[in-house]
Amino acid sequence: MAALRALVGVKRVIDYAVKVRVRADGAGVAADGVKHSMNPFCEIALEEAVRLRERGAVREVLAVSCGPPACQETIRTALAMGADRGVHVEVAAPDYERLGPFQVAQLLAALARREEVDLVLLGKQAIDDDCNQTGQMTAALLDWPQGTFASALTLEPDGQWLRVEREVDGGLETLRLRLPAVVTADLRLNEPRYATLPNIMKAKKKALAVLAPAALGVELAPRVTVLRVEEPPQRQAGLRVETVADLVAKLRESGCI
Amino acid sequence: MKMASPLRGEVLNLYKNLLHLGREYPKGADYFRSRLKAAFLKNKEVKDPEQIKQLIAQGEFVIKELEALYYLRKYRAMKQRYYKDDNE
Repeated sequence: MAALRALVGVKRVIDYAVKVRVRADGAGVAADGVKHSMNPFCEIALEEAVRLRERGAVREVLAVSCGPPACQETIRTALAMGADRGVHVEVAAPDYERLGPFQVAQLLAALARREEVDLVLLGKQAIDDDCNQTGQMTAALLDWPQGTFASALTLEPDGQWLRVEREVDGGLETLRLRLPAVVTADLRLNEPRYATLPNIMKAKKKALAVLAPAALGVELAPRVTVLRVEEPPQRQAGLRVETVADLVAKLRESGCI
Repeated sequence: MKMASPLRGEVLNLYKNLLHLGREYPKGADYFRSRLKAAFLKNKEVKDPEQIKQLIAQGEFVIKELEALYYLRKYRAMKQRYYKDDNE
């Protein structure tokens, strides 16, 4: 195996700098007219795949996103950052609201088999649902080894094994995985490059395929129901006291001492 | 009408690239755009090709700085959100 093929999942999420608001009906968060961008952890995973390709260890980097047509923007960004080819698994808006890590993992696993990739690189979690499950489930569905929370990644010269350094409580753990494998990226894996305007323009020429979930043989029946989404409780206003005696009196009053 | 400088395209590209980067500027795209335009207009009388090249290099340095700024901003936000107990 001389050069590998890598599949990278990129998720379109509400931009990290946007203040998220819960929708009035309590069924989710307001996403209309809100700035979206690529999940920061997906950016890190993608950067790692592109660097592997630049070093010659990987032959092709495939960027995949599942969701409504707007996801193609995210795939274009991925192509501008250096992915070679994009795949958009189109899931219409009503289904997308119920799309969870399990369904995405099924789609990614089916795609990984179909495209015969050797390495699936994902972000460790998305900043919108914070699930941290997709990578693990994808590895399980494919029955491939997994290296989660990777903070360093090296491919052994024979191209058969991958060394993954992971941040665990109290230190670093190094795993040796036999390819094909699934790796999820932690924050310190690398510093993702910026998708510059000239690269965005060039990326428009790259191929982007659109697939339906049915074409991958995946049923998107949800297994989890969201009952309610709520804002975190508002912090109570504090108050100023003039003297120590006042402070002690107030603390007594509130039952703290 | 004078003949356009061969550097004209490069200057325009620099302006476009900076304008694109400015859309994410923390103080807003409008703030960035007005400053950017002023900075370019300030040097509109420059004719010496050497000096123009120097100014382009300066603009490219600003691009690098902006990219670093955006990266750090995002990195810090992620670190604050997900790695609260780190003492590093």
